[in-house]
Amino acid sequence: MKPKHSDTPHLHVLQNRLESVGGREYWRSLEELADTEEFRAFVEDEFPGRSPEWLNPPNRREVLRLMAASFGLAGLAACTKMPIQKIIPYVRQPEEVIPGKAMFYATAMPVGGYATGLLVESHLGRPTKVEGNPDHPASLGATDAIAQASVLGLYDPDRAQAISLYARLSAYVNFLAVMNRVREQQHQKKGAGLRILTETVTSPTLAWQIGNILTEFPEAKWDQYEAVHYSGSEIYHFDKADVVVSLDADFLGGMPGSLRYARDFASKRKLSEGQTSMNRLYVAEPSPSITGSTADHRLRMRPTEIETLARSLAGRLGAGQAPAGTASAQVEAIAKDLENHRGSSVVIAGLQQPPAVHALARAMNQALGNVGVTVTGIQPVEAKPVDQIQSLWTLVKEMNAGQVDVLMILGGNPVFTAPADLNFSTAMGKVNLRIHNSLYFDETSELCHWQVPEAHYLESWSDARAFDGTVTILQPLIEPLYGGKTPHEVLVSLTDQPDQTSHEIVRSYWQTKHTGADFEIFWEKALHDGIVPNTASPVVAAGPLPAVPAAGRAPDAGTLELNLRPDPYLFDGRFANNGWLQELPKPESKLTWDNVVYISAATAVRLGVENEDMVDLEYRGGKLRAPIWVLPGQADDCLTMYFGNGRRRGGNVAKDAGFNAYLLRASDQPWGAPGVQLRKTGNRYTIANTQHHHSMEGRGIVKSATLAEYEKDRDFVKHEDPETPKSQSLYPEYPYNGYKWGMTIDQNVCTGCSACVVACQAENNIAVVGKEQVVKHREMQWLRIDRYHKGDAANPEVFNQPMLCQHCEKAPCELVCPVAATVHSGEGLNQMVYNRCVGTRYCSNNCPYKVRRFNFLLYSDWYTESLYGMRNPDVTVRSRGVMEKCTYCVQRINEAKIDSEKEDRRLHDGEIVTACQAACPTRAIVFGDINDTTSQVAKLKQQPLNYGVLGDLNTQPRTTYLARVTNPNPDWVKT
Amino acid sequence: MRAEDTNTPTLVEPGAPVLAPGHTYQSVQEDIGSIVLTQSAGRRWMLCFAVAFLAVNMLLVAVIYLFVRGVGIWGINIPIAWGFAIVNFVWWIGIGHAGTLISAILLLLKQDWRTSINRFAEAMTLFAVMCAGMFPVLHLGRPWLAYWLFPYPNTMGIWPQPRSPLLWDVFAVSTYFIVSLMFWYVGLIPDAATLRDRAVEPWKQHVFGVLAMGWRGSAKHWARYEMAYLLLAGLATPLVVSVHTVVSFDFAVAILPGWHTTIFPPYFVAGAIYSGFAMVLTLAIPIRKFYHLEDFITMKHLQNMAKVMLGTGLIVAYGYILEAFFSFYSANQYEGFMMKNRVTGPYGPAYWALILCNILIPQSLWSYRVRTNVTALFILSLVVNMGMWLERFVIVVTSLHRDFLPSSWGMYYPTKWDIMVFFGTVGFFAMMFFLFVRLLPAISIFEMKDLVHKVAHAHDKKGH
Amino acid sequence: MPDDSTTNITGHRTEIISGDFPVTGRWGFLAEFREPEDLVKAAQRAYDAGYRRMDAYSPMPVHGLAEAIGFNRNAVAPLVLVGGVIGCCSGFMLCYWIAVVAYPLNVGGRPLNSWPAWIPITFEVTVLVASLFAVLGMLAMNGLPQPYHPVFNVPRFALASQDRFFLCIESADPLFDPVETKQFLEELHPDFVSNVEM
Repeated sequence: MKPKHSDTPHLHVLQNRLESVGGREYWRSLEELADTEEFRAFVEDEFPGRSPEWLNPPNRREVLRLMAASFGLAGLAACTKMPIQKIIPYVRQPEEVIPGKAMFYATAMPVGGYATGLLVESHLGRPTKVEGNPDHPASLGATDAIAQASVLGLYDPDRAQAISLYARLSAYVNFLAVMNRVREQQHQKKGAGLRILTETVTSPTLAWQIGNILTEFPEAKWDQYEAVHYSGSEIYHFDKADVVVSLDADFLGGMPGSLRYARDFASKRKLSEGQTSMNRLYVAEPSPSITGSTADHRLRMRPTEIETLARSLAGRLGAGQAPAGTASAQVEAIAKDLENHRGSSVVIAGLQQPPAVHALARAMNQALGNVGVTVTGIQPVEAKPVDQIQSLWTLVKEMNAGQVDVLMILGGNPVFTAPADLNFSTAMGKVNLRIHNSLYFDETSELCHWQVPEAHYLESWSDARAFDGTVTILQPLIEPLYGGKTPHEVLVSLTDQPDQTSHEIVRSYWQTKHTGADFEIFWEKALHDGIVPNTASPVVAAGPLPAVPAAGRAPDAGTLELNLRPDPYLFDGRFANNGWLQELPKPESKLTWDNVVYISAATAVRLGVENEDMVDLEYRGGKLRAPIWVLPGQADDCLTMYFGNGRRRGGNVAKDAGFNAYLLRASDQPWGAPGVQLRKTGNRYTIANTQHHHSMEGRGIVKSATLAEYEKDRDFVKHEDPETPKSQSLYPEYPYNGYKWGMTIDQNVCTGCSACVVACQAENNIAVVGKEQVVKHREMQWLRIDRYHKGDAANPEVFNQPMLCQHCEKAPCELVCPVAATVHSGEGLNQMVYNRCVGTRYCSNNCPYKVRRFNFLLYSDWYTESLYGMRNPDVTVRSRGVMEKCTYCVQRINEAKIDSEKEDRRLHDGEIVTACQAACPTRAIVFGDINDTTSQVAKLKQQPLNYGVLGDLNTQPRTTYLARVTNPNPDWVKT
Repeated sequence: MRAEDTNTPTLVEPGAPVLAPGHTYQSVQEDIGSIVLTQSAGRRWMLCFAVAFLAVNMLLVAVIYLFVRGVGIWGINIPIAWGFAIVNFVWWIGIGHAGTLISAILLLLKQDWRTSINRFAEAMTLFAVMCAGMFPVLHLGRPWLAYWLFPYPNTMGIWPQPRSPLLWDVFAVSTYFIVSLMFWYVGLIPDAATLRDRAVEPWKQHVFGVLAMGWRGSAKHWARYEMAYLLLAGLATPLVVSVHTVVSFDFAVAILPGWHTTIFPPYFVAGAIYSGFAMVLTLAIPIRKFYHLEDFITMKHLQNMAKVMLGTGLIVAYGYILEAFFSFYSANQYEGFMMKNRVTGPYGPAYWALILCNILIPQSLWSYRVRTNVTALFILSLVVNMGMWLERFVIVVTSLHRDFLPSSWGMYYPTKWDIMVFFGTVGFFAMMFFLFVRLLPAISIFEMKDLVHKVAHAHDKKGH
Repeated sequence: MPDDSTTNITGHRTEIISGDFPVTGRWGFLAEFREPEDLVKAAQRAYDAGYRRMDAYSPMPVHGLAEAIGFNRNAVAPLVLVGGVIGCCSGFMLCYWIAVVAYPLNVGGRPLNSWPAWIPITFEVTVLVASLFAVLGMLAMNGLPQPYHPVFNVPRFALASQDRFFLCIESADPLFDPVETKQFLEELHPDFVSNVEM
C-alpha cells in the first residue's frame, strides 16, 4: 500500500478512499441510486412486506428491484470476487482454480468470541459450505449447526447493505471525515468522551488495536458486553474421564470447545470399536439439553436445587462444609462413584449456575485430584476478562451522566440483548455520536447515527482464539458482498491511518509478534493450517480456591423459577435471521420458528395451562407474553425460555419469529431466579412442531440395553427381534460387485446436536419452507433426528435417531413409481431422478421410514439473487412438484470416484465423507463401501449391536444402526 | 323366439311388470323420443343445469389456481401424501361400475329389466369415469407432464415403469373408458336412426343422421350388430371386474398397514357395484318422475336395484369384518395398531359413520315396504354414496396418517380447495347428465320395442 | 294391438297400384309388413321361391330373420378372437420390452422380467383390442357409415326405424321380373309393395 502521509490526514483520506473504491463510475451510480424513490423506500424499511418464508413471488419482485439497487450501491453489482490479497488454500494442489473443482481454505468462525476452526469450500470464489478443520483443537474436523448455517448468513439478503447515517444512505468517506473530526476533538480531552463497546474479544489484533487507541486517548474507556459470556479459564479432558458430573453444564453442545468435548466424551463411550467399558454421565439440569439426553442418570432439578445438590455433594466429598442433614441416596451414589474414580472424573458447572456452584465444582475437582489431569486451569483466553454486566452497567451510568460523547459499538446488539433494567436504549439518547458496526441494521443500529455494515467472518481478515487459546488467522473467502467493514477497519478510523485495510492491520500485528525474515513462511503456514503454532494458553497452577458464598434461602415451594438460556441455534439472537437455524428443530422439543415457555407437565396441570396457551410472564417489572410448551424432563415449578427470538428489527426471517426473553433479563440475575409470575391469557398461539409422537408404541425402533445387559447377552439385538433372512425374499439378490455403499449410525454417541441436519441442508441446497408449511408437516430436511421417550413420563429416557433415506435394496418406493423416477444404481444407491418425477407421491406413501420430502409448492427461492452464490453447484435446485430425499451425497461419491478413476485405482476407505458424517462431532455416522471388508462401515455392520430399523419388513436397508447402550450406576436408587 | 321366451328367467312378480301394459312401438318411441325431439327444456331443467354449470366454473377456478400454485394448496403433506384427490378418484371410478355392469352382465344373464335403465346407466358410467379421470392428473406435482405415464416413443427413449400399480391404472381406466364409450355408442346407433326418421327440423335430422351412420335396420346388420354387442358385453364383464381390482392394487400392492390386504380386490369390486347402483337409483328416481317414465322404469326396476345393493352391501360388510379379523389374526403389531387407530383414533368417527352408512342403514332394504318406497330408496341411495366416499377416505387417510415410525405421524385437514375440486366434479357430472337426458334418448328405444313385442306375445299366450 | 291406420293405407294403395313403373333405375320391390312374424314368414317364402338378392329391414332385431333370408356367415366372432390374441401378445411384449430390453433397470431389487406385474396390463390391452375389433369390424362388415342407400328413396321406408317391417327383393336377383316378383310379393299380403328407385 501507500506510504503514510502524516500531513493533513483529512485530505489524503479522501484521496485514498477515492482510489480504493475504484473510479468515478462508482460515484455516478451511487448518486443516481441514492436519489431514486425505491432506494428511499428501501432505506425507510428494508424489504417491505417480504414474507419470512421467502415464498411470496409478487412481493419478492419488489424486493428484487430494491436489492438490485443496493447491490449496485455496494459497488459490486451482484458479482462475487476473490479477495485481492493473497489467501492460502488448505490443500496446496491445485495451485490455480479449476472450474468445477472446489478449493478449501482454512479460517475460523468466532461465536461469543471463541473460534471454531473451519475449512471452507469455495467454488470459483464463492464459499458454499464449511467443514471442520481437523487440525484445529476446537473442531478436530467437526462443526456445529451454527457454523454450518453461517454460509446462509453470508449471503443473507437482509444484511445491512450500505453505510448509513440516520438510516439514510451515506458513504464511507463521509464517515471517515466525521471520525477524523472526532479524533481531533477527543485529542483535546484525552478521549474522555470516547467509549468503545465490544463483545467478548479474543482477537489479539483487535485487543492490540484497542490498546493502542487507549494509549493515544488515555481517558477513553473500553467496555465489553456479550449476552452469553463464557470466561474461558478452564478446559476439560473428557477422554480421560470415566465419571462425569455435570451441574447444569451443556458441555456437549452449549459452550466453547463443545465439539472437542463431545468427541473426547464419545471416545469413552463407543462400544463399536471393540471397547467394552464406558464412561458414566450424571447430569443435573432444569431443562433437557443434549447433554442431559446423553446422560446415564439425569436429575431433573430447578437451578436452586442444583446449588443444594452441589453443596451436599461437595460436603460429602470433603470439599466444603456439607449442609445440615444427611446426603440423599443419590448424592451418596454419585459421591461413591466419583471417589472410585479419583483423577479420572470431572465435575463441571454450567454457565447459568451462580458463582457458588462454580466454586464448589472447582473444589470438588481439587478434592478428587482431577485438577491437572481431567481439568486444567489456563490463562484466560479473553483479551480482557471482566464482569461484562458490571462493565455495561458502568457504561450506562456514564452515558446517563452525559459523560459519553462518542460511543462506538463494534459488533453485538446491546439494545436488544442488554438486561432490561439497565434501560440501555434510553441511555443511548444521551450520547452525541453513536456508531454501530454490525451485520444487520438491527435494534441497536436504529438508535445509532452511523451504521457501518460489518464484514461477515467469511469476508474478513482477522484473528480469534479457540477455547484453549489457540489462535486462528481468519482469511476472507470472498470480497465483502455489501462492502462491509471489519471492526479493525472501523477502529483505525480513529487513528492517523484510517485507510488501513484489515489485512494490513492483522499482518502488522503478527509482524510485531513474529519478527524475523521468515515471516512470509510463518504467515502462509498459519493461513494454510488454520492455526498459529504454540499459541494455546499456558496452563496455570490452580490458584487458591475461591471462597464459596453462603447458601441463599431456598425458595418456598410453589414459587415459579425463571430459567433463561441462550437458544441452542440462534445463540443470543444474532442468528435469528437464518432460515436454516430457525427451521432446525430444537433437540429437546422438535419445535421450530419460535421460542416458548417450557414447563413440566405437573406444573402445567397445577397452573391449568396447556400447549400453545399464551401466558403473561412478569419478572422484576419485565413483562412478556409467550406460548406454553409442556416438555417432558423439565423441572417442576421452573419456566425455561431461550433468548434470541422475538427480534423487532432483525430481518425478514427473524420477523414475527418467537418472543423476546431479554425483556425478563435482570442485570443481577442474568439467567433468571425464583419469583416469576405467570398469568393465563386465554389466547392461543400455533407452534410449528416437527414431531408429535414420542412413544415408540412398543416397536423396536431404537434398540437399547444397559451395559450389564449387553455384557450378559451380546446379541440382544438379534434376540429382541430376529431379522427376516434374505433367503425369505421372493426375489433374487442383485449382484453388487463394484462398490456397495452403506452407512452405520451409532446411537450410543449421537447427542442429537443436529449439526448433520444443517450440513445436509447446506450441501444439498435444501429449501426453507417457513412456519406455515412446517405446521402442515411439509418441512424439507432430508435428514431428521427422531426423538423417542421411554420410561418415567416426567423425566424420560431420551433416544435420538437420525433418520434419513435407508437406501433399501428392496426399495418399496421404487416399485410403485409409474415413471421410473426413482431407481437403484449399480452400487445400491436409491436414486431420485428429479427431472423425471411427475409427483404422484406414491413413493412417499410406500416408504416405511417416511424420509421422502415433496415440493408441495415452489419452496426453493428462485428469485433472491444473493442466494444464487450460496448454492452447491454440484446439486440440482429442485423445483415445485418433485420428490426429493437423501442421496448419500452422490455428488461427493462421484467426485471421489472420478479422481480415483483418473489415478486408475479403487477408492480407499474414508475417501468419501458424506456431509452429515463430516459434521458429526462424535463420529456417530460412518459411510463407506460394504464390499471392502476392511472398511470401517463393513466392520461396524459385523458388530453385534448392528441392526436395521424395521428389519422385519425385509426392505434390506443399507443404512443400519448400532443399538444404544447406557451405563447406569448399579447401586442407584430411583427416587 | 318363443323358445327364448320360456327360458328367460322371469323376474316379473305379479303387479310389477318391467313395462307398463298397453304400450305399442309407436307409444314407446313417442314417450321416449319426444323428450329429445319435441318437449321444451322447461324451467326446472334450466335451473338444475344452471346450478351444475356454476359448480363447473368453481371447478375451473380451483383447477387454475391449483396449476398456478401447486398441490400445496391442498391439505396433503408428508405422511399423508394422498388426500381428497385419490379418495374422489376411487369413489368416481366405483360409481362408474354400475353402468357397464347393468348393460353387460345383466345382458348376458338375459335380465329383461335392464333394458329401460342401461342407456343412462352407461351414460352415467362415462361421466363418472371422466370425473375420476381428472384426479390422477390434477393430483400430480407436475400435471403438465401427465403424458409421461403413457408408453409413447420419445427422444429420451424412456418408458413408464410397468411394475407400478399406477401404470396399471392408466391402462385399466383408459381401456374402461374407451370400451364403455363404444358400448354406449353402439347401443345408440339404431335409436339415432329412429330419431333421424322422426325428426322434423332438418338440423336434427342431420345430427341424428350422422350419429346413425346410415343405419337402416337390415337383417344382416342386425345379425352382426347383435353378435358384436353380445361379445362386447362378454368382454366388458371381466373388464368391469378388472378395473376396480386394479384400482384396489394401488393400495394392496403397497406395504402400508391398512392397504396391504388380499381382500381388497373382491371387496373393492363389490363396493364399486354397491355405490354404482346407489348412484343409478339417485339418478333414475328423479328422472322417471320429471319425465314421467314410470311406465318404463317401474317399481320392479327400483326393487331389483335395491336388492343388488343389499347383496353387494353385504359383501362389503364381509370385507370390513375380514379386514378387522386379518389385523387380529396376522398378529402383526403394525396391522393391529392400524385397526385400533381406525376404530379409536382421531379419524374414528369417519370409520363409524361409514359402518352406519354402508352396513347398518342399508339393512332396512330387507323390508319390502322400504324397497317399494321411492323416497326411502332415494335417501338410502344418497346415504350409501356418502358411505362409500367415507370408506375410501378411511382407507387412504387413516392408513397413511399413522404408519410404521411414530416420529413421522401426522394429521390431514382438507382445505377449501380440496372441497371445491370435489364438488366441482360433482357439478360436472350433473351437468353432463342434464345435457344427456336432453339431447339423447335416455332409454334404449329399439330394445323397448323388443320388450313391447315380447310382452305382447306373453299376453297372446295368456289370451289363448 | 289397436289398428289406427286403415284410412291412410287405402289412400296409399290406390295411388301406388295405378302408378306405372319406369323400366330403368329400379333397385327392387319393397314389401311392408306390420308384424315381425309376417316378415319372417314372407322372407322364408321368398327364399324358398329361390330369391337370393334380397334384404329385410326392421326397427328392432327380429330373431330368425337373418336366417330366413339365408344370411348365416357371421364373421364377427372370429374377428374378435383375432383381436384378443393380438392384444394379449402386444400387451405382454410391451411390458417385457420396456423392462427387459429398452431400459433394464434395477427397480426395487425386482427381477427385470417380473412377469406377474405384467398381467394387469396384458389383460387390459387384450380387452381393448378385442373390443375395438368387435365394434369397428361390425361397422366395416355392415358397410357403415353409409350415407346413401336406395331404400331411403321410398318415403314410407322411414317407418323401418319405427314400427314397420320391410322385405326388399332387389332387381339384381337373377329371378327378378318386374311383374312376377311384384305379384309374388303381393301374394305375401303385405300392407304395401313399393318400387325402390335407384
